[in-house]
Amino acid sequence: MKKRAHVMALFSNFDEAFAAVAEIRYYRIPGLTVDDVNVISPIEHPEIEEFLGERESHVPKFTIMGALFGLSFGFFFLCTAQANFLVQPQGGKPVVPLPSNFVLTYEMLILFGVIATLIGFALGARLFKKRDSLYSESVSLDQVAIELHVDEKYMEPLKQLFTEHKALEIREAVA
Amino acid sequence: MTTDTRDMRNIQEDYSKDINEDIHWAKINEDVLRSMENPRMGYWIAVGVSLFLLSFAVIAEIYQYNTGMGPSNLNWPHMWDLYIATFVFWIGMSHSGTLLSAILHIIKADWRKPIYRFAEAMTTFSLMTAGLFPIIHLGRLWNMYWVIPYYSDRGIWPNFRSPLVWDAFAITTYLTSSALFLFVGMIPDLAICRDNAKGWRKKLYTALSLGWRGDDRQWRNFRKTYLLMACFLIPLAVSVHSIVSADFAMSIMPGWHVTTFPPYFVAGALYSGCAAIITLFILLRYFFRFEEYMTIAILEKTCKLTFAISMVWTYLLFIEFAATWYGPDAVDKELLIGKFTGPYSPLFITMIFLGSILPLTLAFEKFRRNIPMMFVVSLLLNVGMWLERYMIVTPTLSLSYEPFAQNVMWPSWVEWFILLGSFGWFGLLFLVFVKIFPSVSMYEVKEMIFHRRHLANKEIAAVMHRRLDDAEKKPSTTTPEPGLEGA
Repeated sequence: MKKRAHVMALFSNFDEAFAAVAEIRYYRIPGLTVDDVNVISPIEHPEIEEFLGERESHVPKFTIMGALFGLSFGFFFLCTAQANFLVQPQGGKPVVPLPSNFVLTYEMLILFGVIATLIGFALGARLFKKRDSLYSESVSLDQVAIELHVDEKYMEPLKQLFTEHKALEIREAVA
Repeated sequence: MTTDTRDMRNIQEDYSKDINEDIHWAKINEDVLRSMENPRMGYWIAVGVSLFLLSFAVIAEIYQYNTGMGPSNLNWPHMWDLYIATFVFWIGMSHSGTLLSAILHIIKADWRKPIYRFAEAMTTFSLMTAGLFPIIHLGRLWNMYWVIPYYSDRGIWPNFRSPLVWDAFAITTYLTSSALFLFVGMIPDLAICRDNAKGWRKKLYTALSLGWRGDDRQWRNFRKTYLLMACFLIPLAVSVHSIVSADFAMSIMPGWHVTTFPPYFVAGALYSGCAAIITLFILLRYFFRFEEYMTIAILEKTCKLTFAISMVWTYLLFIEFAATWYGPDAVDKELLIGKFTGPYSPLFITMIFLGSILPLTLAFEKFRRNIPMMFVVSLLLNVGMWLERYMIVTPTLSLSYEPFAQNVMWPSWVEWFILLGSFGWFGLLFLVFVKIFPSVSMYEVKEMIFHRRHLANKEIAAVMHRRLDDAEKKPSTTTPEPGLEGA
């Protein structure tokens, strides 16, 4: 059975890290592609997608679903509440007052839209996961890391590539 | 002269720069983390003052709770008075933080980055303060949950046609959303705190940072989430204060039944919020030695924004006067004359002076760069905005349609004490927050510096703007000056 390796190299700046990514993208190591690469950084580089390629985020789908849920649930919740309110005299006014319900439904749309966005973020960003043993605190300070989960056979060429690009430190773990 | 002193002098002399672009990323972490451990003595004095003020409210509320609403002077026709005026004031104060942060984020105004965190915190705590006033005003505190629309065995639902119920919905939504917006924006910074803290702080930050590690998947989702939340919060903030204005405008009382109230309230809210941002900006800059992040250039921009909003507010105020003056409602006109000549006229004229004349000082560069002066001006602007809310509520109740219902009422000591205590409550929440959580966004300041440094350097900008096809070229392997990361 092939062993999986987890490699992380730390660089002093984005340029060095991206140069290493560029080499992987152009198959310097046959079998490895840029899709295997994760970049860990203290800030989001404004052009990171130029280097890693477009990667999808599903957060907007959660947002739309949440907003639609808030819209429909909010409105029907209010209507059912008002329909239960018949014991009190309405003074000739409609049981379900639409103008009021529009205002309140609008608030519900936003509330559920925001909450669903947050849930989408938590799932999409894979939050709540325990940090792995290779995590370096210097990434939250000023260094940029490249991380790959690869077959063990790629370890040596990768380490060589990282060393060529002046990696400050290379961390590895084999599972 | 030490290096630090020289640096500080250079920074203070260069008013054109929002931030020192040569500052090292490691120093940003160091400065902000240090601020949470080691503030100036002024911070502790502020905590003491807040506790002192809060004790006034606690004493007054205990007395009011045990005695009933009599000592508050709330009686027909003055059923709303200082409590509701102060509720509107705090709701207004809450507006600038999140709303401005969201707007400036969407339009990519990066000077917001060093100051948005505390402004958003201000929103959350202002709302928490505002929410206390309707509860205190109820008298029967224990029944406050009746406003929540749940299916009760009493078979009673709130009156959904009442703007007061809309308030409950709007404020709950706004408080939840703005607190989540504040929290989401803090997650990368909480991870930095987690990586540097010890003891109880480490446990707290580990739990709150939700396992953030800063990989590209997280950043990508974070960017989208933050943008989407900002898009939600802008119309939400506008709707909340429009709904608060509906508490008045939906009635038929003179002085309240005004078409322009929603934009007038939103402008007033932004105005008082911006003034509060200036006050807190100056305090935090001093307490935490944030001169390198909360710079004079950013203060100037905030002052200019406040000036612009003050002029919008002034315009809407005078529009309201003109509409009343030329309108057909005689009672409304009588009320307007009463505001200028009656028992509340000193307060009304003070309000106009503080709200419309005093902000003219913000138009002058010389004054904007004078920190003590801006501190006093920002406090006075908020005094003016509090008077504005008081002048909306009380004169109308004094000079209503029926002559037999016309009387003048001044707040009792209980109301004043609770008003003072609300500042203590807000101050305490805010000061505890800035001591536990980073009040300057470390990762966003790093981004700001990164972008500005790259825009200034053509060679680096060329590397930054290379496209996929260019990647075959051997990128430069020059190591930048230590600490100038990303350059």
